[in-house]
Amino acid sequence: MIKVNQLSKKYNGNTVLNINNLEIPKGQSFGLVGNNGAGKTTFFSLLLDLIQPSTGNIISNNIQVNTNENWKSFTGSFLDESFLIGYLTPEEYFYFIGDLRHQNKADVDALLEQHEEFFNGEILKNKKYLRDLSKGNQKKVGIIATLIGNPEVIILDEPFANLDPTTVSRLKKIIKELAENPNITVLVSSHDLQHTVEVCDRIVALNRGEIVKDIQTSKETLQELESFFAV
Amino acid sequence: MIKKFIYLEWKAFTRSASFGANLAMKILIGFLMVYFSIIFIGMGIGAFYILKKMNLEPLITVNKFLIYYFLFDLVVRLLMQAIPVLNIKPLLVLPFKKPTIVHFSLGKTAISFFNWAHALFFVPFSVVLIIEGYDVLGILFWFIAAFSVVYINNFLNIILSNIDKLFVVFIAITLGLGAAQYYKFFDITSFTGPVFQLFYDAKGLFLIPVLLLIGLYIFTFKYFKNNLFLDAGLSKKEDIATTENLVWLNQFGTLGTFLKNDIKLIKRNKRSKTTIFMSILFLFYGLIFFGNSHQPEVMYIFAGIFVSGGFLFVFGQFVPSWDSSYYQLMMTQNIPYRGYITSKWWLVVIATFVSTILASFYLFYGWEVYLTIVVGAIYNIGVNSHLVLLGGAFTKTPIDLSNAGGAFGDKKAFNINAMLLTLPKLLLPLGLYGLGLYLGNKALGLSFVAGAGILGFIFRNKVFSLIEKRYKIEKYSTISAYKQKN
Repeated sequence: MIKVNQLSKKYNGNTVLNINNLEIPKGQSFGLVGNNGAGKTTFFSLLLDLIQPSTGNIISNNIQVNTNENWKSFTGSFLDESFLIGYLTPEEYFYFIGDLRHQNKADVDALLEQHEEFFNGEILKNKKYLRDLSKGNQKKVGIIATLIGNPEVIILDEPFANLDPTTVSRLKKIIKELAENPNITVLVSSHDLQHTVEVCDRIVALNRGEIVKDIQTSKETLQELESFFAV
Repeated sequence: MIKKFIYLEWKAFTRSASFGANLAMKILIGFLMVYFSIIFIGMGIGAFYILKKMNLEPLITVNKFLIYYFLFDLVVRLLMQAIPVLNIKPLLVLPFKKPTIVHFSLGKTAISFFNWAHALFFVPFSVVLIIEGYDVLGILFWFIAAFSVVYINNFLNIILSNIDKLFVVFIAITLGLGAAQYYKFFDITSFTGPVFQLFYDAKGLFLIPVLLLIGLYIFTFKYFKNNLFLDAGLSKKEDIATTENLVWLNQFGTLGTFLKNDIKLIKRNKRSKTTIFMSILFLFYGLIFFGNSHQPEVMYIFAGIFVSGGFLFVFGQFVPSWDSSYYQLMMTQNIPYRGYITSKWWLVVIATFVSTILASFYLFYGWEVYLTIVVGAIYNIGVNSHLVLLGGAFTKTPIDLSNAGGAFGDKKAFNINAMLLTLPKLLLPLGLYGLGLYLGNKALGLSFVAGAGILGFIFRNKVFSLIEKRYKIEKYSTISAYKQKN
């Protein structure tokens, strides 16, 4: 599904990301772990054509992302709050995204109903604009909005950060369900090794922009990762 | 301590997104700044001799109208002067004394353009007065008094800026007084003129505005010091939200989706709301020109463009910037650039159209005047709307919509740079109209301008492709510029 070729990103001669070759097959749930500055967000930004690669390219579903925009129709993503429109209510935001992804109001409503538990009664019909929601609630909105329009690729940057323990476990359930669908490729990045191991089939660890581990998740994975990141 | 603040400010200034951006733009702004400075200084020097020639005593005449000068100044400040915000929150927990923080924030406003610009008039005027043999000490005191009033306005603006829509009150007062005087109903200047004159005549009186200024400073200082808490002056106001579906726009497809969003954008954010108010002000801009025999005829088209183009200039100018806080979202959604630009174009066109209809009260001045406005609207739709969108690709100043702003919040509508940038868009139609007047008559001039507008409209698909290409080229640098919050 996603193929990375000779990809690198340099800022003023500093290489922040350098991936020679990486293939993510369709249907995989892919976890990206690493310390701060390891290049996780840079990689996702490149994947979404928000920054330009210094060399190489990424091909998503046979579309080279930095030359052709058609990947947008099957990719859902949430990197940070700058993906939210502050002056809309959550409902309006969902319908806006729905309109752009050619979903009618009923489709969006059905999806929202499905995730009512995840919202925990704090999102819908609350008479608040997105800008006035707490960080955690904003994140909930952003995450669910990526699911609108049945995307085949879902990209979530640090989805577990800022969420309360209950919501984290609900989010894990959602990601696991998505991972079970053979048509959906999920990409998740996190600092939290345990959460990532729980929801992903495959884990890649980045360190200073290079891939240092690439493992299929098993019982021993967590231990292996923990000992790797331990000083 | 203050040194540390200055260091922070200097860094904020040199590292802001717009500073490094566009050299050509900076040169243009610099040029216009110099131009306006010269005009102001010229006014300061010339005022004396012109008034003398009109057989008026210069100082008394200036004093007579100073009240309007200062009222107008206050209105302009309330509308445009942003209160420079030192980034206060992170400083609260650091070992800075609160008074230092407040003194510095207030002191910063003192060096704003809105204050020193007045010196461009008052200094040359005072110098000329002294050269012409007025009492040196008297003029000096008068100057100090006048400048104290300038600074009183400065601090009034800071205190009052938290109260929305107050500028409307001041505009009403100014217009009301002006009208009362014009119709010889009540003349405020007969009261205030002598007062300003006394600052010159009676030597000690200048101390009154100076003391007032000091008092006001102390009041402002106390007010801010007491409000320097996260849940008081620095808090965010939360609005009660209502979901609006605007279903009637659904029939326009993707265009409707964007229009819906833009309507909400304008309605729910202070910054964008002001654009509506400004557009209405622009509507009345023509009153200065039409029915005024002192204006050269070629300036009529200038007014024609402005009357219908208010929204175009104040909103269109910042087109992608309005969406700056969620630009990354826009860039990852399934949105064709063309659709995005087209929807903004339609918004501008609809606003221009509505303005033109609202401007029909100019028919009072005769159908020729209204025709000029209609021609201006055609030019706005055909040419300026495209120019403004194209310019938008280079405008990389993020607009922080969500900044509801507390006591120190920056929530002012637009900056001076943007206003100045609108001028080139007026020179071309001015040239075309002038050419028509030179070659033949008014009708020829108008048809030249309208023709340019229609040509622009015919080729709009081509122009849109061009704009689209530009936006794509600028995409990455725009994203990175918007990531910097101001």
